[in-house]
Amino acid sequence: MDAAPTSTTLAGPPGRPSKGWHRFANPGRFLRLTDRLLPWLWGLALVALVGGGLWGLVWSPPDWQQGETVRILYVHVPMAWLAMGGYVALGALSVISLVWRHPLADIAARELSPVGALVGALCLASGSIWGRPMWGTWWVWDARLTSVLVLFFFWAGHAALSRAFEDPERGGRAAAILALAGLVNLPIVKFSVDWWNTLHQPASVTRLAAPGLHVDILYPLLACTVAFSLLFAAVVLARVRAAVMERRVRSLEMAAARRLDTAS
Amino acid sequence: MIALLERELRLALRTPGDSLGAVLFFILVAALFPFGVGPEPAALARLAPGALVAAMLLAALLPLDRMFGAEAEDGSLDLLLLSGVSPAGLAMVKAAGHWLTTAVPLLVAVPIAAAMLNLPIEAWGVAMLALGLATLVLSLLGTLGAALTLGARRGGVLLPLLVLPLAIPAVIFAAGAIEAQASGVSPRAFLLFLAAQAALLAPLMPLAAGAALRDA
Repeated sequence: MDAAPTSTTLAGPPGRPSKGWHRFANPGRFLRLTDRLLPWLWGLALVALVGGGLWGLVWSPPDWQQGETVRILYVHVPMAWLAMGGYVALGALSVISLVWRHPLADIAARELSPVGALVGALCLASGSIWGRPMWGTWWVWDARLTSVLVLFFFWAGHAALSRAFEDPERGGRAAAILALAGLVNLPIVKFSVDWWNTLHQPASVTRLAAPGLHVDILYPLLACTVAFSLLFAAVVLARVRAAVMERRVRSLEMAAARRLDTAS
Repeated sequence: MIALLERELRLALRTPGDSLGAVLFFILVAALFPFGVGPEPAALARLAPGALVAAMLLAALLPLDRMFGAEAEDGSLDLLLLSGVSPAGLAMVKAAGHWLTTAVPLLVAVPIAAAMLNLPIEAWGVAMLALGLATLVLSLLGTLGAALTLGARRGGVLLPLLVLPLAIPAVIFAAGAIEAQASGVSPRAFLLFLAAQAALLAPLMPLAAGAALRDA
């Protein structure tokens, strides 16, 4: 029941200049900043996506071993990196939300997790589609696959928990604690799965012994990674903007209702 | 805190149906596997370690969603939080209470389920030890889950969703220990990993659960 010092109405208080990076926690400033930033971000993401897509899907040569299916990796690998990198961002947002009680961090975490879950699901799905022709199976209980699956569960659990409460602040706080617990547990899961695999499961599928990537494949892969990262950032920022405005609308409506109440 | 633990135990003794229900559920889940896989002893023995651990964890999850629920509704949770016991201490007591009132009866039932699943009798002792440690991990994680979902809509559905992924390492090592013993290998490494997990979570989870309780 701690009273949050920051205003929950999210109407950016004028004046009172704040110091350091904390000023980005001001929702009003966030809205003004992203208002100018987002069109550029969308534009860049679109350009990079078209460029990276063409490069990866059309211009880059097929792999001598995997043939055309190597192109699936131009989607798969960026998704895997985003799912993991995004979780680090979620952990950072959770710390900010728990320590400084910035409502914006709560909102950002809440809007980040469905996108993270989607990215995780896409990573699993594209990997599965790639695994079918390459490994001859849709799914292997391999260490990598299993730990990404667990990561996906964390994303989905966070998304569900942060939306499960009537009071969004309580949901944000609970979800932040969950995200941190997941962050602590993630290495344990990762390594336990590694040990489990080496101790128990004989390699049923010959893994490709990590081939050094040729530049023909590496560069389009990096281009696609940049493209998907930009797209990810644009989608998340747009969602956060929408959520901030939604809250503003709600608090304005509440204020209007209160005024009506006192008038009558 | 001792008084709180006593209170937990006395409450559980007054309503033994809750613990018995979990035990029956555990045996029923274990009994479902022979129906699903077929009654061949060899196939069952192969499956037994994993099936035991899975059934055990599911059964231990059952009472979790009421862990704080009843006390939050009648207001005694607020009083407990005001009583000077730190929220983390309260969460610790709750985890210990859950382990003593739910996991211990389940452990007593392990030989029954193990016999039904045709687990070699030499592995029963290790099975009880491994499951005891695994349920300790689950009690700690489950306390956090229960504190987080307290007051949530559909909290009962959400709770397993949050807790089970976190419990995967415990499943891996508990099943590994039982399987190692059943096939004549020393289960020591697995048991040590399990104990390490419990030791790592024992201070961390009550702290996190306490933080969640303070917000509830």
